[in-house]
Amino acid sequence: MRRRYLVDRSVRYLLFFSALISLFIVFMIALFTLREAWPAFREIGLLNMLTSSEWRPGRDQFGLLAMIAGSVWAAVGSMILGVPLALAGAIFLAEVAPVWMRGIVRSSVELLAGIPSVVYGLFGMVVLLPAIRRIPVAGNTGFGILAASIVLAVMILPTITNIAEDAIRAVPREYKEGSLALGATHWQTILGVTLPAARSGIVAAVILGVGRAVGETMAMIMVIGNSIVLPRPLNSNPLTLFLSQARTLTGNIAVEISYATGLHEDALFATGVVLFVLIMIINSSANLLIRERRR
Amino acid sequence: MSEQIGVVLSTDYAPGGRSNLTLRHLTERAAFALLWLAGGAAVVALLAVVGYVVVQGIGAIDLDFLFSAPRGGLAGEGGISTTIITTVYLVALTISVAAPLGIGAGVFLVEYASEMQGHSGLIRRIVTVARFGVETLAGVPSIIFGLFGYALFVSALHFGFSLLSAGLAGACLILPVIIRTTEEALLAVPRSYREGSLALGTTQWQTVSSVVLPAALPGIMTGIVLSVGRIISETAVFYVTLGGSSRAPTSLLDSGRTMALHVFYLATETNAFQKAMATGTILIVSIVLINAIIHLLTRRFAMR
Repeated sequence: MRRRYLVDRSVRYLLFFSALISLFIVFMIALFTLREAWPAFREIGLLNMLTSSEWRPGRDQFGLLAMIAGSVWAAVGSMILGVPLALAGAIFLAEVAPVWMRGIVRSSVELLAGIPSVVYGLFGMVVLLPAIRRIPVAGNTGFGILAASIVLAVMILPTITNIAEDAIRAVPREYKEGSLALGATHWQTILGVTLPAARSGIVAAVILGVGRAVGETMAMIMVIGNSIVLPRPLNSNPLTLFLSQARTLTGNIAVEISYATGLHEDALFATGVVLFVLIMIINSSANLLIRERRR
Repeated sequence: MSEQIGVVLSTDYAPGGRSNLTLRHLTERAAFALLWLAGGAAVVALLAVVGYVVVQGIGAIDLDFLFSAPRGGLAGEGGISTTIITTVYLVALTISVAAPLGIGAGVFLVEYASEMQGHSGLIRRIVTVARFGVETLAGVPSIIFGLFGYALFVSALHFGFSLLSAGLAGACLILPVIIRTTEEALLAVPRSYREGSLALGTTQWQTVSSVVLPAALPGIMTGIVLSVGRIISETAVFYVTLGGSSRAPTSLLDSGRTMALHVFYLATETNAFQKAMATGTILIVSIVLINAIIHLLTRRFAMR
């Protein structure tokens, strides 16, 4: 009896200890990234980093604006292409698809989520870049925001579709039945009752998709061109902005970290902090919406 | 009053009930057709990406490709044997670090945390913070884990670009996945199981180890298999911690490259796109296998 209690006690503290270690890791990540980034914030200044688009490590110029713009434009492009498709897919899965088709679509979405990002990047390099290069605009290299947006649109599709489908499914049956009983068609019910009721969950799905898009690294390095410029339209047509090359915050870290030293390295950690804060804002607003829905 | 209703009817539901219904059915048809297209688009996207990579890559796959080392160079000659070995090492390393910690933390959070809350405010606060931390970590982009791994393991602890650095950074990456799936699996075990066991006079650990954990095992395994998939397909973390040497690592402090990293290097530093797609094909096949295992596990879990 005594021994059983002794074992029980020690296991309890062992488990508590492993929970503590997990917590410790979270702390370490925050602490280390911040500690390494601190000199950059002190010497360059946060405001300067956020508002300058000059990133020239050789001359100690570390402006992040170009990379922030690159991340934002790639995310915007992927939203324009991906969100309608992903949401329509979610409505299809939750409301319209017959069982056999649901099985096919759902396993496809699941597999899309599992495919490594380098494979998407590779597909982008081999298939998308040559195709985009054919668009006759001066200065178009194929690499750029359009290619990045298309790749990202496919990558965020599973995230948005899965969460939005859950949200749509969570709408109480009675809502739909009430609407159908009033003589509305199935489509009118979806549009007028189901979607508005699932709104917060759907918005959360889209926001999490944005988070995924902003956080993607390798596929972006492979197709976006990585040049440090503020994305600008290549000619008078504003849409050619999407043919402009760019670099994302994530790509900036990955491309330069292995050879950076001194202030340059600190500035890359500062890039990580900016990215982290951006993702935190995005994810916590999504979590807030999801929690609100549960209530 | 009746006039008003008449007005509403005539403006909103013109012209007459029957054709309005036809119109509404027509709209529905069109909308559903579009929804079918969207559903089909997901399938088409998958077939396009997977199909293209596999069709282009499969021609380069033979025994020689699987069992010879990459020889490097601009043409990306050689096979992928060392990258397979590195991937296996890395999976083993990350799982053996993260699984005990993650499962332990998950068990603590579900089985012990609530009951310890009575003890002192400190533990309660720690539990709350731990929950928040896990939730936060799960959403952090992988490059941040890479950055952290680079700062702590590669530079501060002087492990260099090595299997050890990459393994520890990878363990941090999958820790939240394992904690979460463990928690979910434990929460799915009915309360009555625990009560039945405790009523027989067992200690809490006896209940957890011989009743709750066996019941939750398929769910916990799902989390681990999921993490294996995550490590196989992860690139960003290992790009900044593993180095990228194409030789097979012989010690924990050796550099290496996983299959996913190999795809990246082939695609960006050589012109051996066919080799890259062949490696990609192997990656896709492993992911399909992993998904199949997860399906099997979930079905077993659901049957209980």
